[in-house]
Amino acid sequence: MKRIINRYPDRTLSVLLGALPFVLVLITYIMASNARLEENAHDKLLPSVSSMTTAVDKLAMQPSKRSGEYLFWLDTSSSLTRLGMGIGIAAIIGLVFGIINGSIPYVRANLSPFITAISLVPPLAVLPILFIVFGLGELSKVVLIAIGITPFIIRDMQTNVMELPAEQMIKAQTLGASSWLIIIRVVLPQVLPRLIGALRLSLGAAWLFLIAAEAIASTDGLGYRIFLVRRYLAMDIILPYVIWITFLSFFTDYLLKILSERLFPWFHATGK
Amino acid sequence: MKNRLKKLLVLLVLPMCVFVTQPVLAKDSFKVAWTIYVGWMPWDYANNAGIVKKWADKYGIEIEVTQINDYVESINQYTAGGFDACVMTNMDALTIPAASGVDSTALIVGDFSNGNDAVILKNKKSLKDIKGQKVNLVELSVSHYLLARGLESAGMSEKDIKVVNTSDADMVAVYGTKDVSAVTTWNPLVSEIMSMPGSNKVFDSSQIPGEIIDLMVVNTKTLKNNPKLGKALTGAWYEIMSVMSGKDKKATDAKIAMGKASGTDLKGYNSQLASTKMFYKAADAVAFTKSKALKSTMAKVAKFSFDHGILGDGAPNASFIGIETPSGIFGDKKNVKLRFNSSFMQMAADGKL
Repeated sequence: MKRIINRYPDRTLSVLLGALPFVLVLITYIMASNARLEENAHDKLLPSVSSMTTAVDKLAMQPSKRSGEYLFWLDTSSSLTRLGMGIGIAAIIGLVFGIINGSIPYVRANLSPFITAISLVPPLAVLPILFIVFGLGELSKVVLIAIGITPFIIRDMQTNVMELPAEQMIKAQTLGASSWLIIIRVVLPQVLPRLIGALRLSLGAAWLFLIAAEAIASTDGLGYRIFLVRRYLAMDIILPYVIWITFLSFFTDYLLKILSERLFPWFHATGK
Repeated sequence: MKNRLKKLLVLLVLPMCVFVTQPVLAKDSFKVAWTIYVGWMPWDYANNAGIVKKWADKYGIEIEVTQINDYVESINQYTAGGFDACVMTNMDALTIPAASGVDSTALIVGDFSNGNDAVILKNKKSLKDIKGQKVNLVELSVSHYLLARGLESAGMSEKDIKVVNTSDADMVAVYGTKDVSAVTTWNPLVSEIMSMPGSNKVFDSSQIPGEIIDLMVVNTKTLKNNPKLGKALTGAWYEIMSVMSGKDKKATDAKIAMGKASGTDLKGYNSQLASTKMFYKAADAVAFTKSKALKSTMAKVAKFSFDHGILGDGAPNASFIGIETPSGIFGDKKNVKLRFNSSFMQMAADGKL
């Protein structure tokens, strides 16, 4: 008999097995929801699928009575803009400082301990200071995301640079390359795909900081809506929003993966 | 194989049992939730000083009093069935449990805010100056209601300002930034903010007396099946009230304990009490509950809640949810979900507990 570790499901079975946990969760939810709704038809904790669809329809397909805006899409675009800016800023700073830190020992000796220390400060704990410095508008929300994930990216980039084979550096120097040329032509191309990898790993944290920022002071955004309607236990809005956020982050992750494969086929070809 | 299937089924079904609410029949142990607020600190003291236990023992039941750190979460937990009783304001009682179809009874009317909630402007002196400003507040809370009433009194409406939802935990920090020029919030945050330079209180709850009411709310079904719970809680409450309203050392000690538990001291607690109209005597609370004003207040609150879409999606108008008060029912008589019941407070007033 074949050992279990050597037995593979075929394609159809793989898909079915993958879908099974989702289906089980869905069935469990529907049963529990029905049981609660039978007891109290107005129960809001576990709303029925149809009331969630109605809520989404109301927010996404009909303009709001008060402002005439399509709240669902307004929330989505504000949140994605903040997230995109935060991650973009973090990527640029992370790339620049990561490479300099990794390549130049003097800078590393100077900055590395500080960045390590900063990366360990929980940003949410120093929020009042961020407010005073960056105000309460869009800036502070973007800054919170950037502060939250930049140190991780810098440290990851630094490690990646330092892990590049020493032979490459020596060879480049033998061929007469300056420090600048080595950084631009040897180091940078090799760490770019790794930057995308680091961004993919920080997506979860970025969403966390985004929602925290929107919960504190905001007029729109996915996190804002969730915290607002929580005040009257509108799980029929919260649950679809949570599913939507999950989908958005899954999709962003997927896009980054595709981007990396298209831009850096050599990186993925080695299977590394 | 069959055995395995059974196990799998059990594993699946077990967690669901947690979700399904248990039937509310006569029982003898109850859970009560409270959160920090000047008018609710007596529950903490009553619990620590053994007063709750004394009254529970008298009626042969057990009452577990739990402090929850997050106000809205405590009401959500109560609404979901995790607690038999919980402290909340009249507006939240309407928009959270009642709007979720959980029939709730206001067992004890403890106090009303008489200045504890306020609209504060930075460097501006009159409510009219609020026009065109951004106002930071906890949206859909009593602060929002207070602001709407204030704007109304000055001939404006919410269209004249822009509301920015802001967490109460960060209100003081946020006020210190230059982006913020107007806030609406409650004590102890109000006194904290008023101590900063340039702050002016332009409207507060003493201008709408008796409209922001702090209650002890009990699940109606539970109360009906277990009147002992109502008696024990009411008895305990008015015992503390008589301690607090005294002039002796016992009263001071009690207030020191309550002040400390709410993160301030005796002086701070007394200043918050000064802007709270406590009903120390059960008879006063009964009179307030029976007054016609309560019904018209609840009508205003229902209208505000409906206008802001927090009476639930199914609500076609503000009177969709019936609110029963001793002076009559507001709204749909067939869908009464919030009841003001003065009978237990009456028993306390008559010394029958």
